[in-house]
Amino acid sequence: MADITLTVDGKKLTVPAGTLLIEACKGAGIEVPFFCYYPNLSLQGACRMCLVEIEKMPKLQTACTTLVAEGMVVTTESDKVKQARKSMLELLLANHPLDCPVCDAGGECELQDMTFKYGAAESKFMDLKNHRDEQQWSPVVYFDRPRCILCYRCIRVCGEGMDVWSLGIQNRGPSSIIAPNKEDHLECEECGMCIDICPVGALTSGAYRYKTRPWEMKHVGTVCTHCGDGCKTTLGVRRADTGMQIVRGDNRDKSGINGEFLCIKGRYAFDFAHHPERLPQPLVKREGKLVPTTWEQAFDLIAKKFQDALTSDGPTSIGVIGSNHTSNEENYLLQKFARLVLGTNNIDHHRTADFPAFASALAGKQNTTASMRDVFSAPAVLLIGNDPTEQHPLLAWQIRSDVRLHRAKLYVVNSSAIKLHRQATSFAQIVSGSEGNFVQFLAGNDKAADSVVSPNLTREALTTLRDALKNESGLVIIFGSELRGADVKALVDFGLAQGAKFICLGDYANSRGAADMGLYPDMLPGYAPVLTATRYHEEWLDEIPPIPGMNLLQMMDAAKNGKLKALYVVGSNPIARNNIDPFALSKSFVIVQDMFLTETASIADVVLPVANAYEKSGTYTNTSGDVQMLKKAGEFAGVRNDFECIVRIAARMGYDVHKLVPFGGAGTRADMGQTRGAQSGESDRHAVWLASHNLEPKMSPYDPTAMLDEIQRLVPGYDISRLNLLAGQDVHSQLVQITGATGMGDPALIMPANDSLFTSGTLGKFSDTLNTVYERYSPPHDLEMAADYDPQVRMGG
Amino acid sequence: MKFSDQLEQRFATMVTHYPTKRSVLVPMLLYIQDELGSLTEEAIHEIAQRVELSDLEVRNVISYYSMLRTRAVGKYNFQICTNVSCLLRGAEDIFEQCKKKLGVGNKQTTSDGLFYLEEVECIGACSWAPAMMMNYEFVENLTAAKIDELIEGLKKKEQQ
Amino acid sequence: MAYLVSHPDEVKVVSKRFGKGATSLDRYLELDGYKALQKALTMQPDAIINEVKASNLRGRGGAGFPTGMKWSFVPKQSPKPKYVLCNGDESEPGTCKDRLIFEHDPHSVIEGVMIAALAVGAKTGYIYLRGEYRYLVQIMEKAVADAYARGFIGKNIFGSGVDLDIFVHSGAGAYEVGEESALMESLEGKRGIPRIRPPFPAVVGLWGGPTVINNAESLASVPHIILGGGEWFAKLGTPKNGGTRLFCMSGELERPGVYELPMGYNLKKMIYDVAGGMVKGKKLKGVVPGGSSVQIITPDEIDVAMDFDSLPKVGSMLGSGGVIVIDDHTCLVKFALRVTQFYQHESCGWCIPCREGTDWMKKTLVRMHSGGGVAKDIDNLKYLAENMLGRTFCPLGDAAAMPIISYVQKFRSEFEDHLNGKPCPYEKAAQPVMV
Ligand SMILES: Cc1cc2nc3c(=O)[nH]c(=O)nc-3n(C[C@H](O)[C@H](O)[C@H](O)COP(=O)(O)O)c2cc1C
Ligand code: SF4
Ligand code: SF4
Ligand code: SF4
Ligand code: SF4
Ligand code: FES
Ligand code: FES
Repeated sequence: MADITLTVDGKKLTVPAGTLLIEACKGAGIEVPFFCYYPNLSLQGACRMCLVEIEKMPKLQTACTTLVAEGMVVTTESDKVKQARKSMLELLLANHPLDCPVCDAGGECELQDMTFKYGAAESKFMDLKNHRDEQQWSPVVYFDRPRCILCYRCIRVCGEGMDVWSLGIQNRGPSSIIAPNKEDHLECEECGMCIDICPVGALTSGAYRYKTRPWEMKHVGTVCTHCGDGCKTTLGVRRADTGMQIVRGDNRDKSGINGEFLCIKGRYAFDFAHHPERLPQPLVKREGKLVPTTWEQAFDLIAKKFQDALTSDGPTSIGVIGSNHTSNEENYLLQKFARLVLGTNNIDHHRTADFPAFASALAGKQNTTASMRDVFSAPAVLLIGNDPTEQHPLLAWQIRSDVRLHRAKLYVVNSSAIKLHRQATSFAQIVSGSEGNFVQFLAGNDKAADSVVSPNLTREALTTLRDALKNESGLVIIFGSELRGADVKALVDFGLAQGAKFICLGDYANSRGAADMGLYPDMLPGYAPVLTATRYHEEWLDEIPPIPGMNLLQMMDAAKNGKLKALYVVGSNPIARNNIDPFALSKSFVIVQDMFLTETASIADVVLPVANAYEKSGTYTNTSGDVQMLKKAGEFAGVRNDFECIVRIAARMGYDVHKLVPFGGAGTRADMGQTRGAQSGESDRHAVWLASHNLEPKMSPYDPTAMLDEIQRLVPGYDISRLNLLAGQDVHSQLVQITGATGMGDPALIMPANDSLFTSGTLGKFSDTLNTVYERYSPPHDLEMAADYDPQVRMGG
Repeated sequence: MKFSDQLEQRFATMVTHYPTKRSVLVPMLLYIQDELGSLTEEAIHEIAQRVELSDLEVRNVISYYSMLRTRAVGKYNFQICTNVSCLLRGAEDIFEQCKKKLGVGNKQTTSDGLFYLEEVECIGACSWAPAMMMNYEFVENLTAAKIDELIEGLKKKEQQ
Repeated sequence: MAYLVSHPDEVKVVSKRFGKGATSLDRYLELDGYKALQKALTMQPDAIINEVKASNLRGRGGAGFPTGMKWSFVPKQSPKPKYVLCNGDESEPGTCKDRLIFEHDPHSVIEGVMIAALAVGAKTGYIYLRGEYRYLVQIMEKAVADAYARGFIGKNIFGSGVDLDIFVHSGAGAYEVGEESALMESLEGKRGIPRIRPPFPAVVGLWGGPTVINNAESLASVPHIILGGGEWFAKLGTPKNGGTRLFCMSGELERPGVYELPMGYNLKKMIYDVAGGMVKGKKLKGVVPGGSSVQIITPDEIDVAMDFDSLPKVGSMLGSGGVIVIDDHTCLVKFALRVTQFYQHESCGWCIPCREGTDWMKKTLVRMHSGGGVAKDIDNLKYLAENMLGRTFCPLGDAAAMPIISYVQKFRSEFEDHLNGKPCPYEKAAQPVMV
């Protein structure tokens, strides 16, 4: 669009036509105050805080609804303007309870800030204020009516942003009030976006209410540990008896791929970290019972059992199962440990997507995977399978926002009418299980349509859809685990022909990382076949065992047959997740690293209590390949992180840890692990030790960044900007398979997690918030229809 | 839920008058209320379904309009205008007379469920003030005597 | 039913069929009904607009915007359908004229809507009636049905090839819905919250299509303008204020009622001659000449021409044509309270200054009137009103603020009489009340 030149407070600004005056001012560093305006939500013009003087206009004008015009002359700080702002605040405060000292928003309240700035503290009001008691609307949402300034942000973010439409406004005039959809309570997606966006303390969260004051918290930006989308979250932590407790999660600084979005899990389901059942010390089985032991005894025992198995039955008698929740560094370290220390390729994880087939289909082509950010701006999106609203909430938000704000075209191909069909330009309801055939049809096999068509979907409609897709440039193709093996290849070939980018959807926070880091019996990191000579063979001096190992199910079979002497399970719960019969493991020595006595941990011989992702540093790779830094926020007394455990066990087994973790130089001999930190119960000893010694990182074997060095050096696609990563940004990695090979990563082993918005695998079971909400909504709720609300009208366009 | 044939008929014609379904909402709510006495949960749900809105959105609309209500009131709805033109001509006394005569206050229904009394804003009878509405019927140039007469008349009618 | 009054000074144009049984279509036809429409069907749209421009017809809804000019803002070409919307929400205290038009001459409104539709190229017209006017819904629906039955509305009207539909729509109790953008929201089945402007309804209105919104009296004047000519109509009034106007005389007058007088008619004559002066024993204290939303004027300011341009000279406005005459037995603080109570009740609540300002002013006035006022209340009322003025999202906020400023300015002593526990001097058995 053409540019427009205007003058604001004597400054000449040039901005694109169609820019709102308030944005033009912001861009030039001129602050115009606002309550009801909110970027990317429909315009309101309700609060009148943004009034400015515009030459030739007799009345003050709202900067939030005025489009810039050529030659416009604007004054934002005249006496008239200041008086208008001041009086607006006076009017608001007339009926506002002065309970700042006990209000959750106190200290970060936009009304407080404005009052401070524009001065309206002296009250002219002397009558009774309207009062109403606070109400609980849902397990997470509380409403305190007198504090509400009616900015309508909550209504809009819930409706326009979330497409939930569960908040409304009732009555009129001074009796106007925000109302929940079920008269006295809310039924919704419980995302807490409404609370987050509330400029005052009118909407507060059950999780955080009255717990602490903003200034008593420490804030740490890290990554959500639930689904595969990788939302950035800022955790507010506070001291508690058991360590640093997380009391709040949000992304108010809008720093990550998710902007300010978080779903219920990212926002509230951090509470598992201080769940009463969290294990504070190692356990060992004695006379059939798990009893507390010391870390030293536990490590000794594990090392001894591994060595026994190696001596008696050789490396193939040991199995290792990795995690979708541990960091890239830990996953990398774990497979290296299995392959080098134990000498086995018997390593696997709970697979939720066919990343190997995806990597192989892309065949190393650059710029063919879409990042989570790309989805927000893509001109068109094709979604095959999956239900992002339930399983990938951020992705669903990105898609919705793209459609709403950029009028992107959305093509949904699904066997059920998933919620995103409401945003779809075209929705093809295919026969359940025919996703593969649909892709074959796309690829040109007309006969494949036979099993795809249904009474809801004609052959003509399918052909129209295919033609439309072929004409889309800049298409982002997103597919769920319904597509595997050859179907993935067919889809990728179809899309690459027209320059599309792809996202393969895997469940859990670091499932993509687990796959990229080689938690496979037949693949090394970067999907390199174990059989082919690779850079790892060079780097690790050919210590990689020359035959592929057993996959997860094969290991279980071996265990049942008494052929698996020891099983090392790190952050995984195969008994529950992969439906393994617990008796199958009764003949093996089972070591489990976990936070809780999960189904798997409870039958283990040794359980090591470990830190979760909120309690350590490292990196995660989300399902679209965006790599982000984890930062330690919380901590739980008594636990250690997986990284440390693996290194310790290797050391106890007599392995040279320098070969495992390329840390420091020669001669670093301090007792890295034993030094007590400033705070007791430190789980990230490395960080504490470094901090207390004022040292640079990578001086200890517990340093994940040392491992990251190796990953960046050896795993293609991970040679990304460390600078950006350390700055807390997401960095997109390319999906490159080191040596092309197909047919690896048996598609039959893929078991989607089938989590809903209110579940999160094993983790979710230990979140009281999720459990409360889950119970409340079963049997399954059906969310309300959209209020037919056309933001265009209010956008003034 | 079905409404009377007449109302069903009205609804069916009305939806053809507008490009969007929800456009019938405001008048339909009033007509439904006239038929049912108030906008019941069931009626709200029904109309919401028909015009493809959430119940919440329908409630949002209902609560905006002063004539719409979700609770039933007395059979005879006495709405006394006390706005300025009527005020100037003694509306306050008229309202007091109603209170006295009916034994109820503002926004109350008599115990026999017959009369509901409400103070309302200007009803468009300013040149014939003071004025009131009784179930959509204008009664103008009110005097205390006229009020008594009206109430007595209605009471008598009920006794028959 | 409201009775009709008459005075020799009246010039009956819009009211010429009042009391003549024109609700019957046959009778309406006898009285020149639908002739203007037929004439308009032979005219070019621009010619119709020019005729209305020449008539100097200014909006009878309150703002007095030239009707012809408003119509000319509608784009000739529009991808979306265009509409005409007749504003019959009449809820401004002191105003009861549109009601008479609908009751006595329903077809004239229909005819006006249709001519407007021809002028701007709309195919559909809506007549929005306030919910309280239920009996008028019946009258209007019957009139529309009768006209459909004769082929005056619907397909190929009068064999012209033009299709035009008219529908009657009822509100459900809301003053704010009379504001044009809130009116559209209400018609679309929503809460009556005004829209952001620009864009104006003539460009983006009902369901996004260009929409002409006019008051019922404005539209009812149109057929007469088409038949009698714009120039004739213009000459009935004063310069820039064409035609006649229905003035609703209320208050303690000998002959209150709705009179059709030429624009620019003298207010003093209106009160003392046309309406017969004050009832015996009462004296004039002030006049609110254009519905409750306008400023009060004092007895020595009433020698003024009643048109859009003269009243501002005495600090008030012509508004909706509701002439509220206040007598010396009425307490002005009570009057202020009642007016403010109205705006507080009718504020849609969308914007801070109006929602909070009306509530605050009402609370202050309640307290003041019951004797609990303190000195700073008077200035504070003025401060509040001045800080609402011109800063609200729609004109209702101004309508709530302007009268208060004028009351305080022109009748300050009455407010002072209520301070410091003093009971209202006008109440019969007033009790002193403290804060
Ligand atoms: C609060 C408010 C209430 C209004 N109520 C009415 C009304 O009841 N009837 C009306 O015709 N105009 C009313 N108006 C004026 C309308 O907004 C609009 O200007 C008018 O209908 C245009 O028609 P006209 O140009 O023919 O006067 C109101 C305006 C405001 C701000
Ligand atoms: S869906 Fe989210 S934004 Fe909407 S009400 Fe629920 S918690 Fe609030
Ligand atoms: S609850 Fe908060 S976000 Fe919602 S309208 Fe009130 S102040 Fe605004
Ligand atoms: S969308 Fe996924 S990553 Fe984002 S907050 Fe929810 S669970 Fe966490
Ligand atoms: S001024 Fe504001 S609150 Fe008042 S009616 Fe208009 S939009 Fe609503
Ligand atoms: S920010 Fe502009 S009116 Fe609220
Ligand atoms: S003021 Fe009572 S009817 Fe208008």
